[in-house]
Amino acid sequence: MTDYLWLIPLIPLAGAAVNGLAGKRFPKSLISLVACGSAGVSFILALTAFFDLLKLAPDQRHLLKFYFTWIASGEFIARAEFLWDPLSAVMTLVVTGVGFIIHIYSIGYMHAEAGYYRFFSYMNLFLFSMLILVLSGNFLLMFVGWEGVGLCSYLLIGYYFDRRSAGDAGKKAFIVNRIGDIGFILGIFLIFITFNNLTFDVVFGQIAAGALRFPLEAGFGILTAIALLLFVGATGKSAQIPLYVWLPDAMEGPTPVSALIHAATMVTAGVYMVVRCSPIFSRAPIALEVVMVIGILTALFAATIGLVQTDIKRVLAYSTVSQLGYMFVAAGVGAFSAGIFHLMTHAFFKALLFLGAGSVIHAMGGEQDLTRMGGLRSRTPVTFWTMLVAALAISGIFPLAGFFSKDEILWSAWSRGHPFVWLFGFITAGLTAFYMFRLIFLTFGGEGRYSDEVRPHLHESPPSMTLPLVVLGFLSIAGGFIGLPAWLGSNRFFHFLEPSLALALSAEHAESSHTAELAFAALSVAVAFAGIYVAYWLYIKHPKLADEWALRWKYAHRVLFRKYYVDELYDAAILKPTVNISTKALWKGADAGLIDGAVNGVGLGIRNFGSLLKNVQNGLIRSYAAWILLGTVAVLLYFYAFSKGY
Amino acid sequence: MDLMHYLILSLLLFIVGAVGFVIKKNIISVFLCLELMLNAANLSFVAFSRHLNQVHGQIFVFFVMVVAAAEAAVGLAITIVLYRNRNTLNVDDADTMKW
Repeated sequence: MTDYLWLIPLIPLAGAAVNGLAGKRFPKSLISLVACGSAGVSFILALTAFFDLLKLAPDQRHLLKFYFTWIASGEFIARAEFLWDPLSAVMTLVVTGVGFIIHIYSIGYMHAEAGYYRFFSYMNLFLFSMLILVLSGNFLLMFVGWEGVGLCSYLLIGYYFDRRSAGDAGKKAFIVNRIGDIGFILGIFLIFITFNNLTFDVVFGQIAAGALRFPLEAGFGILTAIALLLFVGATGKSAQIPLYVWLPDAMEGPTPVSALIHAATMVTAGVYMVVRCSPIFSRAPIALEVVMVIGILTALFAATIGLVQTDIKRVLAYSTVSQLGYMFVAAGVGAFSAGIFHLMTHAFFKALLFLGAGSVIHAMGGEQDLTRMGGLRSRTPVTFWTMLVAALAISGIFPLAGFFSKDEILWSAWSRGHPFVWLFGFITAGLTAFYMFRLIFLTFGGEGRYSDEVRPHLHESPPSMTLPLVVLGFLSIAGGFIGLPAWLGSNRFFHFLEPSLALALSAEHAESSHTAELAFAALSVAVAFAGIYVAYWLYIKHPKLADEWALRWKYAHRVLFRKYYVDELYDAAILKPTVNISTKALWKGADAGLIDGAVNGVGLGIRNFGSLLKNVQNGLIRSYAAWILLGTVAVLLYFYAFSKGY
Repeated sequence: MDLMHYLILSLLLFIVGAVGFVIKKNIISVFLCLELMLNAANLSFVAFSRHLNQVHGQIFVFFVMVVAAAEAAVGLAITIVLYRNRNTLNVDDADTMKW
């Protein structure tokens, strides 16, 4: 059963290879067919594998498929093995499903771009890497996928490589991710040293079985160290404080890339990794505390930046960072399945928001500035309605997908005894509703602020773009119902995920009444409506007021608009010193001075010695003959003197 | 006659050739000195051949003679070309092959 599991990642790889190697000569229709076809087949296979998994009894839903030994060196053995369990099934479905939809969308969005084949080849390669990441049955193979998605992210951010800012953004993403990866790979080393194995089942099995060796760590033990190192990797990939700076810049890539990689799938890899390693994290309270604090700070921090940004994609980027923070909060308070639930619903509505933004940008002929939009509601009706659905979903309005998942996280934070985390999350929920509807009102509401040249260009996008919007809109509405909270019936999503989290140490939390949960849910909806109303009041009722406020609190506005000067801070604290040390000490001092000096010195010495010796070669035959004669005589004398007996 | 006599004669011939090779400037003289050294060696070969009652030495002599003939052909050709190009027979004037 599910013997075809290896085909799920391999088909996108084949698509990437075909398009990448031969796509230059293909017509666009064939390129689209290969790319979307491979993504689609992969999705269908994932669906069948998912239904095969459902046929099994819940405690049997854990299939480890071993394919071949990848590296064997002494005690170290790395296997190519896939793990098919509820967690990887959910991730695989999200990746292939949303990936397939975005591939379809890209046909319309990218139709006029040069390097069409290159784009689709990278997209398929991304799908392959991401699937390796989520399907892998051990840490090392996961790391391969981890690096693969980083590479694809770099390639696609720098897709418009003739634009300097795009190239810089790609490099920034790559380098910041490398910093996180150092933590991840150190964590893997530590795991291997401790457990002498890298397969999830073996490592987690040892932890679960060896309660004496691996107890719940009150202080700072080996599991805490492993968990913190792994989390460093997660902060890089999932754009958390302090490594979130690359994600807003990543918006330089084409919009479908922002939707697929920098919103729906790749950036959630960190959350997935933390949840996958829940047996480790749940036994390391300090690490969980760190995850929770970083998560909630990132959620609030990014949401405040999102309030004032004027680039439509940047607002969404900060929103993504903020929502990822929520997911880490869920993991940090021990509600791992709530994190995955939010990951899934977020993939739907955030992909929809980005694709909608892409549709708007497409309609505006490349304009991304919110201050030059407005009044697009009648021009692009499908985009408007679907984006409205997504905005309501992310704001957490009942009964859309975001309501269930976000509310589950906030409720988990409260019920597990973290009231301040709940409070911050609650504020963030209000801010989220505000900046999302600020975006909606500025884009679609009021009067058009675009120039007259743009006016005739305005049009709704082709069906290949609007259809994915509608599908994702449907998912954003319905996606939440698979994880209904306790007060609305049983949570099937959480029950489905349970086998994957069986080895995690479940934190103690008091059983509380459904009434309390219901009250908190009502509170979150209320704060969301409040945020929406403030946005309506500021941007529709009194359109002048927002600018006046920005002037009145000039400094606060500027700090937010300049993103708390974090980029400038990193520049001054890390980049400049590094460049200076590299230039002055390492380049001019060590390399040019010491190493070049030594090499050139040796060369110069030999040269001078040679110019002494060259006088011997004077071209005079008689001189040469005399030297030969002298040499012969010397050799003869030598033998005469020392080898008399012989 | 003793082997030693031949060897002494061979040595003397060789020294004359070697010294002449170094001190003579005329290329033809240098050339003749070279032949003298070869024939000094030949003399040693045949002397040893006779002394040891073996034929190897004589065979070597033939080889040397063949080489000497070939070398004479090449050497004289070089001499003629040198004279045509430089209008000289002085070996010290043919000193362009240097750094």
